[in-house]
Amino acid sequence: MLEAVVFYILAAALLGFGLLVITRTNPIASALSMVGAFGALAALYALLQATLIAIIQILVYAGGIMVLVIFVIMLLNLHEEDLKPMKARAGTVLLSLLAVFGLVLGPVFLAVFPKGNWKWAALTNDFGSIFTVGEKVFSDYLFPFEMLSLLLLAAIVGALVLSKRKL
Amino acid sequence: MLSGENIVKSVSDLLHQLYAMVGLSAFKGVLDPIVAAHVMFGFISVFVMFLVWMERKVSAHMQSRIGPNRVGIFGLLQTVADAIKLTIKEDIKPVHRDKIPYYIAPIIAFVATFAGMVVIPFDKGMVVQDLNIGLLYIIAITSFTVIAILSAGWSSNNKFALLGGFRSAAQIVSYEVPLVLSLVPVIMMTGTLRLGGIVEYQSQNHWFVLYQFIAFFIFITSATAEANRAPFDIPEAESELIGGFHTEYSGVKFAMFFLGEYIAVIVSSAVAVTVFLGGWLPPFAFLAFVPGFIWFMIKLLLVIYLVMAFRWTFPRLRVDQLMDFGWKVLIPVAILNILVTGFCVLFFGKGV
Amino acid sequence: MNFEFIENILPLVLALLLAMAVPTALILLSALLGPRKDNETKLSPYECGIQTQAIPGDARHRFNVKFYLVAMCFLVFDVEVVFLFPWAVLFQKMAWGGFLSMLGFLGVLAFGWFYLWKRGALEWE
Repeated sequence: MLEAVVFYILAAALLGFGLLVITRTNPIASALSMVGAFGALAALYALLQATLIAIIQILVYAGGIMVLVIFVIMLLNLHEEDLKPMKARAGTVLLSLLAVFGLVLGPVFLAVFPKGNWKWAALTNDFGSIFTVGEKVFSDYLFPFEMLSLLLLAAIVGALVLSKRKL
Repeated sequence: MLSGENIVKSVSDLLHQLYAMVGLSAFKGVLDPIVAAHVMFGFISVFVMFLVWMERKVSAHMQSRIGPNRVGIFGLLQTVADAIKLTIKEDIKPVHRDKIPYYIAPIIAFVATFAGMVVIPFDKGMVVQDLNIGLLYIIAITSFTVIAILSAGWSSNNKFALLGGFRSAAQIVSYEVPLVLSLVPVIMMTGTLRLGGIVEYQSQNHWFVLYQFIAFFIFITSATAEANRAPFDIPEAESELIGGFHTEYSGVKFAMFFLGEYIAVIVSSAVAVTVFLGGWLPPFAFLAFVPGFIWFMIKLLLVIYLVMAFRWTFPRLRVDQLMDFGWKVLIPVAILNILVTGFCVLFFGKGV
Repeated sequence: MNFEFIENILPLVLALLLAMAVPTALILLSALLGPRKDNETKLSPYECGIQTQAIPGDARHRFNVKFYLVAMCFLVFDVEVVFLFPWAVLFQKMAWGGFLSMLGFLGVLAFGWFYLWKRGALEWE
């Protein structure tokens, strides 16, 4: 019961912040709303006992990605007169939301709901803890983990190529 | 025997009797944390005021001045007077500000650092909540400060504030990496992220500063840089950027940034004490009759004194020196330290 | 779902709420207590009288791309750190196998770091 109340509060906060992100014209207000959304999402993860993921959500997204987003906003050099025409209209937002729910999430719901005989896997006590996740990553998923270093290397090279005019 | 654990136990017994008297025993799971959070909040407020006074006294001492000595004995009430003054100051609202981010920024700056204090153990069992991923939690939650700084810099709509905010953010993210990397060797040895557990490990072995002096050095240096304190205070360099990101802030909103900076110093010093200096443990076994939280406070004040001494003894770095030092010295040294520690632990067995 | 878990994070949530409430209250209090004598000069941007902005009241100008590069490098190393923590916790259990797998991971990233240095991305011009 308590869990459900917390879940709905957090889900409402997440959706609310998400709406703010796409409806604000002030870029920094959008960015701050996105931080709020990340915070709500992290809390949802924590509610699912996935504490490590919750922490990563805050550390990487709120701490790292947000800084990058704000720096990129500065690179774009947007002024208010450039942004005014881009303001989202309520109708557009509503239509796109309906489209997302109707076309993307609708089929999922239709496929899942009629069956009605879901089985919830019982959670072990240490589900989502840093030990369990670590054990998975460094045994079953060791190869993807090593490949990730190559992906990060590609990110480094890409950032460098984008930002340095002459190499 | 007087110890943090006993104090916590007797206080909570007293509280539980109080709940029973007013018939709220059923809610003690909620009421206890509320009380704990308030106690921590009160402690932090008083301690920050003391630290501001201490910093002024330390700087005065180093510059052969007297420092604040008018309000209260030894000027101890100076900060209280300042706090009251800042609260009743005019609330200046710059015309070109972005309203909401401008107001939210000081609040985030304060919340982000204060939230870190919740998992710091002052003594065995004397902690608001000893999370089992405590160390990672502190790192994550304090990374919100950079958001506060960026939104303050942007929403002030002042070119010095904007430049200061951006430089600050660049500096914080550059030093976050060595800061976090310096903690990894310790976790490799203890195998836990719970701050209480890290201290317990040190009670069976030596303090980590003996094994991991390099990590300790990297941690203190990067923590100082993260708090934007001298000698790493380029983002706030008065001579070129006025006040940096908080140029347009005055009165109580400025006080929030100021408080946030001091709490950041407390949090990082407390982590340094817990992780590297044995937390509540006495330095020698025969001194164990002194309660743990007193040892913790002594160590905490010593580390904070060290950080303050940095500020008044080192000249300010240039921005390119600052970036070079972070990326080209601290990060490779921290990574090498991890690998060397790993090798030693495996080669010489557990506990090095 | 156990109540115990919510009880575990409850102190954190309460501390956060308290920490949010107090500054908000103080800011409101000071707005009530403080004097209010606005004038145009007082509310103008505090820029020592140097008005070099193209548009008055708009201090935002294009920033150097080096900030972007710093943020990007930070992000890469941040992700690396995220993987270091679970590894460090399990380190003694995994022993040499874990050590070697992290050596490979860090080796590739060290190469990236070295590349950044050689290309001059770490210089702050």
